[in-house]
Amino acid sequence: MPRFGLAITAVALAIAAFLVVFLIVPVVTVVWVAFSNPEGGFTLSHFAGFFSLSLMRESFGNSLYVAAMAVLFSTIVAVPLAYFTVRFQFRGAILIQTLGVLPLIMPAFVGAAALQLLFGRSGSVNLLLGEWFDFSVPVMDGLNGVVFVETLHYFPFILMNLSVALNGIDTSMEEAAQNLGSSGWRLFRRIVFPLALPGYLAGASLVFIKVFDDLGTPLVLNVTNMLAPQAYLRVTSIGLEDPIGYVICFILVGFSVAAMAGSAMFLRGRDFATLQRGATSLLRRELRPWQSALAYLWIGALLLLVLSPHLGVLLLSFSKVWSYSVLPDVYTLDNYATVFQDSTRMIWNTFVYCGAAALIDVVIGTAIAYLVLRTRLPGRQLLDHMATVALAMPGVVLGIGYLRTFREVELPFTGTMLTSSWLIFVLAYSVRRLPYALRACTAALQQVHVSLEEAAQNLGAPRARTVWRVMVPLMMGGILAGFVTSFVTAAVEISETILLTSRESLAPMSYGIYLYMQSIAGRGPGAALGVIAVVVVALGTYASHRIVASRQAHNIARRAA
Amino acid sequence: MTVPVRVEARDVSLAFGRNTVLRDIGVTVEPGEFFALLGPSGCGKSTLLRLIAGFNRAQRGAILIDGEDVTAVPPWKRNVGMVFQSYALWPHMTVGENVAFGLEERRLPRAQVRERTARALDLVGLAEFSARRPGQLSGGQQQRVALARTLAIEPRVLLLDEPLSNLDARLRTHMRRELVVMQKKLGITTIFVTHDQEEAMTTADRIAVMHQGIIQQVGAPTELYDNPVNRFVAEFVGTINLVPARASGGSVSSALGTVDLSGVAGTRAGAVEIAFRPHSILLSAAPGDDARHWLGATVAEREFLGEFIRYRVRVADLELIADQPHTLGDPGFVPGARVHAGIDPTQLRLIAA
Repeated sequence: MPRFGLAITAVALAIAAFLVVFLIVPVVTVVWVAFSNPEGGFTLSHFAGFFSLSLMRESFGNSLYVAAMAVLFSTIVAVPLAYFTVRFQFRGAILIQTLGVLPLIMPAFVGAAALQLLFGRSGSVNLLLGEWFDFSVPVMDGLNGVVFVETLHYFPFILMNLSVALNGIDTSMEEAAQNLGSSGWRLFRRIVFPLALPGYLAGASLVFIKVFDDLGTPLVLNVTNMLAPQAYLRVTSIGLEDPIGYVICFILVGFSVAAMAGSAMFLRGRDFATLQRGATSLLRRELRPWQSALAYLWIGALLLLVLSPHLGVLLLSFSKVWSYSVLPDVYTLDNYATVFQDSTRMIWNTFVYCGAAALIDVVIGTAIAYLVLRTRLPGRQLLDHMATVALAMPGVVLGIGYLRTFREVELPFTGTMLTSSWLIFVLAYSVRRLPYALRACTAALQQVHVSLEEAAQNLGAPRARTVWRVMVPLMMGGILAGFVTSFVTAAVEISETILLTSRESLAPMSYGIYLYMQSIAGRGPGAALGVIAVVVVALGTYASHRIVASRQAHNIARRAA
Repeated sequence: MTVPVRVEARDVSLAFGRNTVLRDIGVTVEPGEFFALLGPSGCGKSTLLRLIAGFNRAQRGAILIDGEDVTAVPPWKRNVGMVFQSYALWPHMTVGENVAFGLEERRLPRAQVRERTARALDLVGLAEFSARRPGQLSGGQQQRVALARTLAIEPRVLLLDEPLSNLDARLRTHMRRELVVMQKKLGITTIFVTHDQEEAMTTADRIAVMHQGIIQQVGAPTELYDNPVNRFVAEFVGTINLVPARASGGSVSSALGTVDLSGVAGTRAGAVEIAFRPHSILLSAAPGDDARHWLGATVAEREFLGEFIRYRVRVADLELIADQPHTLGDPGFVPGARVHAGIDPTQLRLIAA
């Protein structure tokens, strides 16, 4: 293990400074404003003010309700699916995996508009139901709509985390219980589910946080009596001085941190390492033909539901008019023409902002991974923790924090304000997506055996040369995967984007979609832009899967050789 | 304690796809017996054990416990206790909760669950560890918990799947003695799976040696060691010298010369193998008495093993293993030394070639 020198220390300090200025300070500023009076002293009056407003109390309750219901429905959808994949021999397993990825490539706020058209009060489904049975389902009304859209979008978090956890359970854990007289539902309740609990909790807390903090979906659905929309409305309509907005931000941060810390604390001290060496996962049972048919029917129905936002957006993007009808009346390519005429700037902006942000992420991610895994620098773990904290930071909070913290900061030599320049997007995206890139880089470096670097040093390469010629090339798969993940998730980011867009020429694609969706006439072009965004995200996701898979195959081949 | 029961496998065959794992297995374990299934990995011994526990289903044949056909009975209704190789202790429960689990599943009154849990933990000497998590215990302690958890339900049969393989060498010999003592005390019919012949020989009343899904030989440890029925058993149980030979009448001829073996050869004729243990050869600087069959030999290698020295000696075209007791002050022979090897004819056995 190399010792740390001047260069290492300088790199660590630079990263720390970056994280402090662009992550810690904005969040602390938001919290500080929420608790301070105009003279700078401590006060709880803003909180009293918050709770004295009935709209705020209602919004608070609504946000909690929506987040809790989204977790509940996601659980109902995801738990049986996850259990199904690990329990039964089933050709449809690939379908279930698809179920787990498809929703995530479609940003919730893009799908929201399409779901309104399909399931809304006068949407396709209710038109048909009304025509045939004189009956309607209010799934898209008010808060229901937010719960519905968020559930369809976020249930994969529980599905994927729980599937991984269930797959990690050793058969003998289950067999021991059977041997002692347990079976069926009791076996699931007492042994299987508790063992998979870490996976479930990780997924469920993520769903809760994401839904609780989401700004784009409620705004697109025109639901404003929730916390994140209220924070946005207070800050944009009343102004950056309004303390209520900061109180809301504090609540958002508090719940996010509490949800993450809570699930971590709940699991601390428990040993869940259930997968032993050479162990096999749970026994798979064969399905009888009728069971198989039933399973396909159920998964098919779910797949249709999960795909409905995608289909809806696609239809919408090709429709001239789609209103009060089951399907669009006239199809056209005009929407794409409009988008390419008016919005190429936005598409270009997205590539520039997200590309730059992802580049920053992999550089910092690689550096932190190196500092943590390869040096003994005191406090190196702190960098890792600091970067990871961004996961729990709601976009609304960071957005408001940036506006407040940097409101009087001028960029040198240009005379423009930082908050009204394109740089603010790059900074905001890079800080918020850093945890993804960091995880990918850390995983990649863990795969590289120290001896490979020591061999280079033994042959005379100084540390910097070793990093450049040996470590980085060996990590390249992980670095690329990290870049792609950061890029695509930043490309569909909406909360910070809405707050930070000071003028249309600076807006990225995600803001464009949001803007278009505000008007009936704009829904077509908005959907077209949404399709483009989804294609970018889908290609990126596919590419990162391929990169990771090919690197793994490569590593296995190398080990076998 | 429950009355010991008989366990029987009748003509059991099992295949996973095209891969036949068990072929016409027929074996009876007597009530109260400590019975070992011994064989190399992949021989089917664990599969047979899991069949008795109900985790596998045989394509043909039946498993009988106490005379009752349990082939169609699911694992949770068999009341057959199994200790898993990995122990399979549930990490989300304490030691006490692990042990109480089976009793709770049997819907016993709470007081009885508490009392029997305490008794089982007491039996393995871990009464004060009830509130710990399995992860906080050492490997040996975890194994005792697994045993306590199984014994708490007072199973009709105790199944042990390589229970000692995850322990270090010293703990292993200690635990295997404890297992024997406990088994004799409880009198429970016990079936023990292992790939370690020493483990099987030191613990079991009887052993079934398995290879390629077939039971090769069943018998007491001394019987297997002294009278192996075939080459596999001879080589798997202990170390042995095998010399190709031809038998006719009572005499057997081989590279070692012709020996009169009417005692063990019987009326056997044709190709056989002479089998004898390494300690049946005496190495000496000069030939000794006529009770042994003496041959000229050259020492090829020596391995010092403490109690004895293992020599590989060349006799005619053969390489034989000869174990010589080591005593203080005895320098033994060095590689290259010309010696005389005396084979004790009463220790020779014949097996089919």
